[in-house]
Amino acid sequence: MIVATGLARTFKTRKAAVEAVRGVDLSVRAGEIVGFLGPNGAGKTTTLRMLTTLLMPTAGSATVAGCDLLGDHDGVRRRIGYVAQGGATDPACPAGEELMLQAQMYRMATAEARTRVKELFAQFDIAGLENRQVKTLSGGQRRRLDVALGLVHRPPLLFLDEPTVGLDPQARSNLWGHVRRLRDELNTTIFLTTHYLDEADALCDRILVIDHGKIVAEGTPDELKRRVSGDVIIIQVSGDALRAKEALAGLPSVREAAVDGATVRLTVEHGDQALPGLLRTLDAAGVGLASIALHRPTLDDVFLTLTGRSLREDDGKS
Amino acid sequence: MQTLRDTWLIFGRYSRQSLRNPIWVLLGISQPIVYLILFGPLLKGLAGGPGFPAGDAWQLYVPGLLVQMGMFGSLFVGFGIINEWRIGVLERMRVTPVSRLALLLGRVLRDALILMLQSLILIVAGLVLGLRAPALGVLIGLGFVLLLAISASALSYTAGLATKNEGVYAPLLNMVALPLLLLSGILLPMSLAPPWLNFLSSLNPLRHIVEGMRDAFLGHYATANVGIGLAVAVVLAVVSLALGTRTFQKEHV
Repeated sequence: MIVATGLARTFKTRKAAVEAVRGVDLSVRAGEIVGFLGPNGAGKTTTLRMLTTLLMPTAGSATVAGCDLLGDHDGVRRRIGYVAQGGATDPACPAGEELMLQAQMYRMATAEARTRVKELFAQFDIAGLENRQVKTLSGGQRRRLDVALGLVHRPPLLFLDEPTVGLDPQARSNLWGHVRRLRDELNTTIFLTTHYLDEADALCDRILVIDHGKIVAEGTPDELKRRVSGDVIIIQVSGDALRAKEALAGLPSVREAAVDGATVRLTVEHGDQALPGLLRTLDAAGVGLASIALHRPTLDDVFLTLTGRSLREDDGKS
Repeated sequence: MQTLRDTWLIFGRYSRQSLRNPIWVLLGISQPIVYLILFGPLLKGLAGGPGFPAGDAWQLYVPGLLVQMGMFGSLFVGFGIINEWRIGVLERMRVTPVSRLALLLGRVLRDALILMLQSLILIVAGLVLGLRAPALGVLIGLGFVLLLAISASALSYTAGLATKNEGVYAPLLNMVALPLLLLSGILLPMSLAPPWLNFLSSLNPLRHIVEGMRDAFLGHYATANVGIGLAVAVVLAVVSLALGTRTFQKEHV
């Protein structure tokens, strides 16, 4: 659905040229939900704006929804939907009018547009709000209207820039449900940037991590977590911690082992599968066990390892 | 064809926006009316005096006021486009296949329509105060105002999107508007000016438009002033629209 090679964008300021994106290669298959993660200024939004024809790349090429990004702007525009970060509605405009205009900008005939608007208001649970001014809608309703605006022409590919920033938890999970249904029921391909690791974790089939204008990692959320740090198992023993450590360190699944007082800290691969073996080994060594806990790395750990920065230091803008 | 349809679509959106807030149309006309009532009478004693061109006070001043409103009334639309850029509406439109020319023309036509309505109100107010002019002359005058309104609106969108900042656009507007107004011969005719001021003023397209309109209001249609004024107005409109279209085609970071 998307294939990009060497996509780059340099901004010229008065003093210097800033390389916002320095050669991004990425591919997205049809029907995938792909998350694009990165700290502030990493090049997320610039990449998104290039893929949606809003910015001309200074180098590289891409095929988006079957059309050449550089040669066929019109073809790309007709096949993609784009939902910008803050939404893009006139606060004083009635919600129905905004959606109607959007349908007509995609060259739908009036009658067809009317039907489509009605359908979308129902699909996104905002039926009956057509005549309300956008500013009177709740945050969640407005965001759903934004997504509906991006979907009015039934695009096979939808770009979402930070879809749930500023929403309360209920509205977020509601929106996630809508996004999942788009993929499951209509096989829409979704490319989203996000700041929330739980969002990437819960929603995305695959994640691309961008930093300093380059893709630094790629994989399913599970793959990324495994690749970076492995799982951590913390064992409190009631017996000799050193003896426990020596016994456990010999197991093939254990990568690292350390002792701190009565606590043994292990880094293991596939912690869930390693646990039974660890318990048997401790038993055989005759060390008493007070507690045992398995910590799986979060995407935040992944992030920290890959970029040296925590995502949470950012304030939600990209 | 597609461009026409898109233009109609964009024109419709912004006309509905204006209909939701008709008060702005009335506020826009209030200032010219105040000029007309509080400044117009001062010219009454001067008109016909030494250095003044032909025509009475109202025949001199109403065309001037129409030009003033045509130029400066539309310059404020630049603030609107900065806001639209900021809230993402412009980007939302640019990501659709909608014609870029239509994005400009639809807006410009809305602005021009409002200005035509305001001009009619101003002319009626002038008639009430004592303006006497032939219908054809007034019609030609409205044609001038239409061309001027199209230019001013397109230039305003161009400048607004060039600055993307109300804090920069507002002083820019002031810096440009004041000399343009003073050098236009709208308030007092430039026939009173010393040669250097007269020369500077001849570089101002507004002056030629005003002079053409004044001739038309006197019923003199086949004069050099009308011809030059019309040529200036057409060239200004074409250049402004070209600049404006380029602005809407351009990427906006």
